[in-house]
This record gives sequence, structure tokens and C-alpha cells, in this order.
Amino acid sequence: MMADEKQGVFDTSRAELLVKELREQFDSGKTKSYAWRVSQLKAILKMVDEREDEIVEALRKDLSKPKAEASMNEIYLLKSSCQCALKGLKKWMKPKRVIPSILALPSSSEIVSEPLGVVLVISAWNYPFLLSIDPVIGAIAAGNAVVLKPSEVAPVSSKLLADLLPQYVDNSAIGVVEGGKHETTVLLEQKWDKIFYTGNSRIGRIVMSAAAKHLTPVALELGGKCPAVVDSNVDLQVAARRIVAGKWACNNGQTCVDVDYVITTKNFAPKLIDALRVQLERFFGEDPLNSKDMSRIINLNHFTRLKKLLHEEGVSSKIVLGGHADEEQLKMAPTILLDPPEDSLVMKEEIFGPLLPIVTVDTVDDSFGLILSKPKPLAAYLFTNDKKLKKKFVDTISAGGVAINDTLLHLTVSGLPFGGVGESGIGAYHGKFSFDAFSHKKAVLYRCFFADIPIRYPPYSARKLSMFNAVTSLNLIGLIQAAIPCFKA
Amino acid sequence: MKPIQYYSLLVMGTFAAPMTSFSFFSCSTVLVLPHTSVGITRDRSLGRRSFRSRIRTGVASLYLHLLSIMAEEEKREVFDANDAALLVKELRGHFKLGKTKSYEWRVAQLKGISEMIVEKEKEIIMALQQDLSKPETEAFVSEILLTKSSCELALKSLQSWMNPEKVKTSIMTFPSSAEVVSEPLGVVLIISTWNYPFSLSIEPVIGAIAAGNAVVLKPSEVASAMSKLLADLLPQYLDKMTIRVVEGSVPETTALLEQKWDKIFYTGNGRVGRIVMAAAAKHLTPVVLELGGKCPAVVDSDVDIQVTARRIIAGKWACNNGQACISVDHIITSKDFAPKLIDALRTELERSFGKDPMQSKDISRIVNLHHFRRLTKLLDEDGISSKIVLGGQTDEQDLKIAPTILLDVPEDSLLMTEEIFGPLLPIVTVDALEGSFDLILSKPKPLAACLFSNDEELQKKFIENISAGGITINDAVLHLTVPGLPFGGVGDSGMGAYHGKFSFDTFSHKKAVLHRSFTGDSTLRYPPYETRYLSVLKALMNRNFLRVILVASGLSKP
Repeated sequence: MMADEKQGVFDTSRAELLVKELREQFDSGKTKSYAWRVSQLKAILKMVDEREDEIVEALRKDLSKPKAEASMNEIYLLKSSCQCALKGLKKWMKPKRVIPSILALPSSSEIVSEPLGVVLVISAWNYPFLLSIDPVIGAIAAGNAVVLKPSEVAPVSSKLLADLLPQYVDNSAIGVVEGGKHETTVLLEQKWDKIFYTGNSRIGRIVMSAAAKHLTPVALELGGKCPAVVDSNVDLQVAARRIVAGKWACNNGQTCVDVDYVITTKNFAPKLIDALRVQLERFFGEDPLNSKDMSRIINLNHFTRLKKLLHEEGVSSKIVLGGHADEEQLKMAPTILLDPPEDSLVMKEEIFGPLLPIVTVDTVDDSFGLILSKPKPLAAYLFTNDKKLKKKFVDTISAGGVAINDTLLHLTVSGLPFGGVGESGIGAYHGKFSFDAFSHKKAVLYRCFFADIPIRYPPYSARKLSMFNAVTSLNLIGLIQAAIPCFKA
Repeated sequence: MKPIQYYSLLVMGTFAAPMTSFSFFSCSTVLVLPHTSVGITRDRSLGRRSFRSRIRTGVASLYLHLLSIMAEEEKREVFDANDAALLVKELRGHFKLGKTKSYEWRVAQLKGISEMIVEKEKEIIMALQQDLSKPETEAFVSEILLTKSSCELALKSLQSWMNPEKVKTSIMTFPSSAEVVSEPLGVVLIISTWNYPFSLSIEPVIGAIAAGNAVVLKPSEVASAMSKLLADLLPQYLDKMTIRVVEGSVPETTALLEQKWDKIFYTGNGRVGRIVMAAAAKHLTPVVLELGGKCPAVVDSDVDIQVTARRIIAGKWACNNGQACISVDHIITSKDFAPKLIDALRTELERSFGKDPMQSKDISRIVNLHHFRRLTKLLDEDGISSKIVLGGQTDEQDLKIAPTILLDVPEDSLLMTEEIFGPLLPIVTVDALEGSFDLILSKPKPLAACLFSNDEELQKKFIENISAGGITINDAVLHLTVPGLPFGGVGDSGMGAYHGKFSFDTFSHKKAVLHRSFTGDSTLRYPPYETRYLSVLKALMNRNFLRVILVASGLSKP
């Protein structure tokens, strides 16, 4: 089926046919069974295991992603996500018992998780495997039929996914559609039972508007300008190292949760810059453009976008480190800017690249106003040893997630939901949250026919009313009085 | 309809704060339009529950107060997009001050609601009688009692709901601790509906308040008495700075929907639901849509027929005369059993509503002429009237329609393709009960489905195969009274759920928080990457933790 579609143009009729076929498969009930779900999850695990080299190679071709980074951020996280689902699945699928209410006695009730149906996963180019397969794992675990649309911006990975998935998973219920804007538009016209989109907020709005036509729920995993606030009482070496790791060692800044800008005090900024300079040299050597441990920029389009940010008036003079780039190889050196203008593009738009503005404030507390003046980010980071400041940060800064004294690592904790808020997105996944994101929580109440008290049926009387009154106020004596007719209501 | 002088007056007002209310009142009376009973709740002189003292920033508070006066005055005009923008701006200002986040504020508001319900019970029941002739007992149970108990549950559980939830961390982040923190979303819009105009307004407001949000409630203009009552009562009992009521219909709702909200909670139908979601998409606002659908009741032949009939009646006509989103829309039963079921329904209907149900005080009327005509149209369709086996009487003057049962109406009739939302009950017969599954699955997913059967096998199959917002076995509607069960639809019956803690969760963002210290930082995960790092990762993947430690510490070769 998939192979056929690759031959010609993917148009509306093909999309309709695809959804129809998948819906038939879903309706047959096979994706619902525990056995099917487990076998698909195992197949994905096997695929990642057996094809690791090809995956790493595709990532190298698309992004020059270093092997260690690819192993950690794509292979390892995928495998642990798969293992987590395999381990948790039985428990996740179990109906959850619930305490019945006094109005519905005698009864028992439970919450049953059921698959939504046929779901669409639209993924992004920066982590083309992780961000494609991780939601697919959730969709499969919850028992759905899935269509995955990988990003055309990472073409080698997209092709590999389209080649590999059908070899390992059930083709009749899990499909891959490659393509760009046209194919995505055609897919979005169809009625899905959930759309899971990873990308930017402009497309996010388009996805949600398209979903509204069919009342389809959406998960939107977007980005934002993720701030890192650095206090002056930190272990400077560790903080610098973790910022470098959370910026340049993460796909060279092309990550939705990486550090977008740093806020620190005027006095501390020089020390922080020095420490970053030392760590950057230790990480990537004296000539970072030739380092094998750093990804390149994905394509010329993004390369030009980043250069534009850098060359805006009043910005280039703020460069304190780096700034050089190699258009041929699409490489850009780690670049630090000190206090670029508030209204510059680099401070207004999500950077998504190796540029790191450092904004200075008089006191650390001033950073709150700055963060709150911008849309809610996907992540916010704080480096400090001050307990009060930590509490204030967690209490007042709204963001998808918060990590204290580190960057990015919160997304490796499977017990934490991963997802944005406000401009950074809708809905969350990872671990059991992935299962929940693709499940409907069905309320089920069981009753039996005996012990049916007619108080809730018409004709109504004052006695019935006072019984209800007694029930609400949990007045047992009143309840008995009202139930026994010899007492006056 | 906004003269320039009006604005200049507002500007002047900022210089003469104490005088503003007077000057605006006198000016706005001139601007009253005959058809606008709409507006924002007024900021009357502060009542018992004043939270003004909590706003210590005097300047900000004065500014916001002025804004609220401005908003109040605009009530006398058409509520347009400018007014809506101003309202949201003002609420956002209050939300940013942080007062709605405190436990104390939330508790005070919830107590305010609880007190309002107790003190104004009579007025609420009166408004329900005006809007729907809702019987007192029904009004008490489905609106007062349910709302009150959800308020009490929220009060009882709020502390534990608000507590951050500790989460196990992974070996990748060792040493660390992690928690999920619930935080309010911000300023939320609740658009409610007319059939349970009190509970469907207040129930989501309880969730929004419990989660610490600023709220705008737009009650349905179709239940006008209740809309007005809510606009009057809420400001008397709740913090009017952060909890507002905007009355109105399509233009007001449109103006509201143009604004950026942090959540929109809509109860109503799928057509408007689509409009709400499309409007929300422009601002990336998450939505909850509580819609309806054709809720089926499947009746097996092995049931206690009296109890079954009684419960179907309770889930149809005693639920606002069928005007409830989860009331039984149609029955599916076997050919042989249908006559017995109809007899039982007839007997129990007579017991419930007397020989002449049109005179019964225990049944609601149809909400308005529009819906009355919609329902009579369903009955007047070709080939339908001959299918009536019980009832069928209508009284346009009193907007009454008798409980009406129809047997085997055509599959393609409006009655079987549209949500009925009224006292008509088609009974569809099938040869074997298994046939009912296909019939249900051929229609969009309903908000509720119920099965009456003693056959455990069938019950199991029903729950596994029928997708619906909620399912009740051997009863109807009752699942919504269980606060531990999420209430919400799936597919065409809606998205998102509420009730009990789900209401709190619906209006909260679950923020992932990871705490790390600076000690014990291994350089392994940083570039330049060594082969040692890959070996540790491999060992981690294979869950060989001994090897992880050995390689990481350099005791073993990579």
C-alpha cells in the first residue's frame, strides 16, 4: 500500500483511501489487543537495535549529528521509551477502579482506556527519529492505527523511516507518508482521531484549524525562547558545562528545549562568559567549525535565517565569542552575544541555532519580569544554590518544564510529562503520558437491578426532596427519617 | 456605537477617579440600547468577600480599578471586541498580580460558591422554573446537589490536588529529584449552555477557580432568567476582580472568542464547537468541548423489566424532559422484547407523570419555541407519525410535549440521524442484540451509551467495543454523579473531560520540574565524546548497571 503511494503524487483521493484502509483495520479490532501492541513495540525496539548504524548514518547526512549525540538523544531515548512502554503496558491498559458516589449506590465504577482510532503524527527535522518514533510508540501502546509524516527537511531520515518501518511493523495499520507542504495539507484535510504535531507555532495554528473542522483533538509540541537564569553563587564550571551541553551539544542549538538565551547579573556576566569560553574550547577545540562533535545547520534556508539574526543592525557588535560561519559546510561556530538590543530579532524570535545572547540584569530577581514579558517557553532553566530563588522560580515562571541547575535533562525522566503551555504547545507525552495522549478515558459505571430505591423517580414529593437534602449534607439520621414514611418530611 | 467623547470622558476619568462612577453612570444611561441586556458584571461597592486588601500594589490596583470601571460602563452598550479585549486585559492584570494562585483565594471563592448555592437555592430553582419549568426535585438534584457536592469535594481535596506530585527520576539524571507541579493556565473562558444552566455554568467555574485561574463565564442567553441570575449573584459572592460574567448571544460570544484565552471550555453542540476550536486555533488556546450525540440504550431481554423501564424514564424524561446531553436518545432491543418493554415503559410513565403527562408538574417543558418546532418537525416527517406507539401530544402554547415512544422509525429519518434532545424516544428493534453494536458503531461516537443486561459476557463486549464518552451498565446518566469518573466526550461528542479532580486538571498546566545539584557531575556526557560514553550508553540500554558503573569510573575497559 505504502509502496504504491510512493509511485505517484499523494493527493486527496490517496489520502482518503489510506485513512479508509487504516480505519477498516482499526475497526477490525486487531490494534486493540495487547498482543498486537506488544509485537509492534518489540518490532520497533528490534528495528532501532538492528538498524542503529543506518540511523546514525542518516542523522550524519542530514545534520552531521555526532555519533555520541545520535546514540544518546535518538537511539538511547527511543529504546528506553520503548522499553518503558513494554514494561508498563499491561498496567496502563488495566481499567482503573474508582470510588462510587453515594447517589449511585450500589455500584462499581472504573475508567477504561481505549484507543482513539486512526491518528496522524507529523514530526520535525531536528530529531527526525526520536520525534517521529516516540509519539508512534505512544500511539501504538494505546492501540491506534497510525500514519507518520516525517519531515522532508531531513530527507535521508525521512526516507529511511519510510523504508524501515514497513519492514518491522504491521504495514496494514502503521503507515509512513513522505512529503512536504502539499502532502501535509492533503493529510490534514482528512478526519483523524488525533493529530500529534511537532514543529513551530505558525504551522501549529494551521494544524489546529484543520483539526477543528473534524473536531479532532490535537497535541502540539512547539518551541519558544527557553531562558536560562544564572545566579552568581553557582559552581561556575559545572553551570557553564551544562549550558554548553544544553545548547551546542544538542544539535548545535537546533532543539526545541535548548537554552535560547541566558540571563545573569551585570557583575557575573564576564565570569560566566570566561567559563563558557573555557568549556567551549574543551568541548569543541580551538576551531569549532572543524569539530566532529557538533552538528551543522540543517539547510541553507536556516543558515541564512541565522546569519540574518546575527547581522542585524546593532547585533553583530555585541558578539563576544564566535560569530564565524562556513556557508559551504553549513557550519556555524558557537556564538555568544552580550546584551543585544531588546527589540532585535535575536531577542524576539526563537533562535534555533548556535547563537546565545546573554542578557544582563541588575539583580537576579529582575530576570522574572523579562521572562514573563515573553510568551511561555517550552522549558526554563535556573542555576542557583539559593533555595528561595528556586522556589520563586518554580512558583512564578510558567513553562512546559523547568530544570534547576541543569538543562534538557527533565525530558529524560519518563515520569515527567513533556509538553508546552501557551505558545509552546498543547498536550504532553513521554512515558505513560504518551499512552494517555492517545487514549480516551472512558467512564464506566456498573449497576445491578436489585436494591433500587425509587426516590429518584417521579412523581416527586417533599419526602423525596428531604431525602436528597439529607444525602447531600450527609445527615444519616435525616436520611433514615425521610426514608421511613412514619416520620414527617 | 462608541462616540469619541465617551473615550475622552474615560481619559478624563483617570484624573478624577472618585468622580468617574458618577460621570459614567450619567453618560452611559444616555447610551443604553433597547436590546442590550448584556455586559460584564458590575463592580459594585465591595461586599463581604473583599480581597482588595490583598493587592498591596496601590498604583496597579488603582489602574485596574479604573479599567474595571471602564469595563463596567461599557456594559450599557453592545459588548464588542474592544470591550472584550479590555476585559481580558484587566483580568490578565489581576492574574499577573498572583492573587488567584494562592490557596486562600481559591478556598474563599469556592466557599463563596457553596454559600451562594445554600443561600440562593430558592432563586436558582425559581429561575429554572421560569426557563424550563424544571420540577423542584429535579432542579435540586441535578443542579443544586451536584454542584454543591462538587464544590465541597474541591474544598476538601484542594490541598492535595495542589501538592506537587513527586516522580521517580532516571539513572541518566542521577543525582536528582523530580516533581509535577500544577499551575493555573491564566485567564479562561467558559461558555455554558441552557439545559442545565446552573450546573453547567458553575461546575466548570469550580474547576477553573480550584486551579487558580481568572474566569469569564458566558451563560446561555436561551435560559435568560438563569443568565441574569448568574450575572447578579456571582459578583455578590465571588471576587469580582477576577471572576466575571458576560451575558449575551452570538455577537458577544464572537467578541469574546476573538480574544486570546488560556483555555476555552465550551458546552453545547458540535457546530458551534467547531467554531470555538477554529477561533481558539488562532491563539493556540487549548479547548474543552462538551458536546452531545445520539446516546443509545441497549436493552437485553433478561433484565428486571420494571427497574429497567424506571431507569430509562429517569434517564430520559426525568432529565429535563430529554433535553440533556447524556439522556437516552434511542433504545435498541430485540424484536420479541420490544412490546414488553413498551408496556413496562407505559406503566412506569403513568406512575411517574400520571395519566395526562401534559399536566404533570414533574416534567420540564421545552425550552423555547424554536426547539419546540424543531421537535415537532421531527414528528411531522413523512412516515413518522404512524410509528408513534405512545404519547405524541403537543401544546405549543405551554411548550409542552408528552413523553413519546416511536417504534422502528426509518433509519434515514431525522429522528435517527440527528440528536433528538427532547421527549421523543425511538425504539429500534434488531433480530439479535449483537446487531445493536453495528448500529451504534455506524453512528458518530456518543457522549454516553448504556446497556441493560444481566449477561456478563455481553456487558464485557459492550464496554470493549462501544466507544463513548461514558458507559453505564444497567442504568442511565448516573455515571456523571461519580466524581472519580471523568465526564467528557470522544470524537464527535467532544474533547477533554471534567468533574472532581479532572476539573482541576483541565484548568491546570502540569509543569515538569527537575531539581539537580552541582555535585556529582560526570563529564562523560559532554564532548569531546569518548568511546567510553558510547559503552556506558550501551550498558544502560541493556540495563547492565554494574557495567555502567565500572566503565564510567574507568575500572573496566569500554
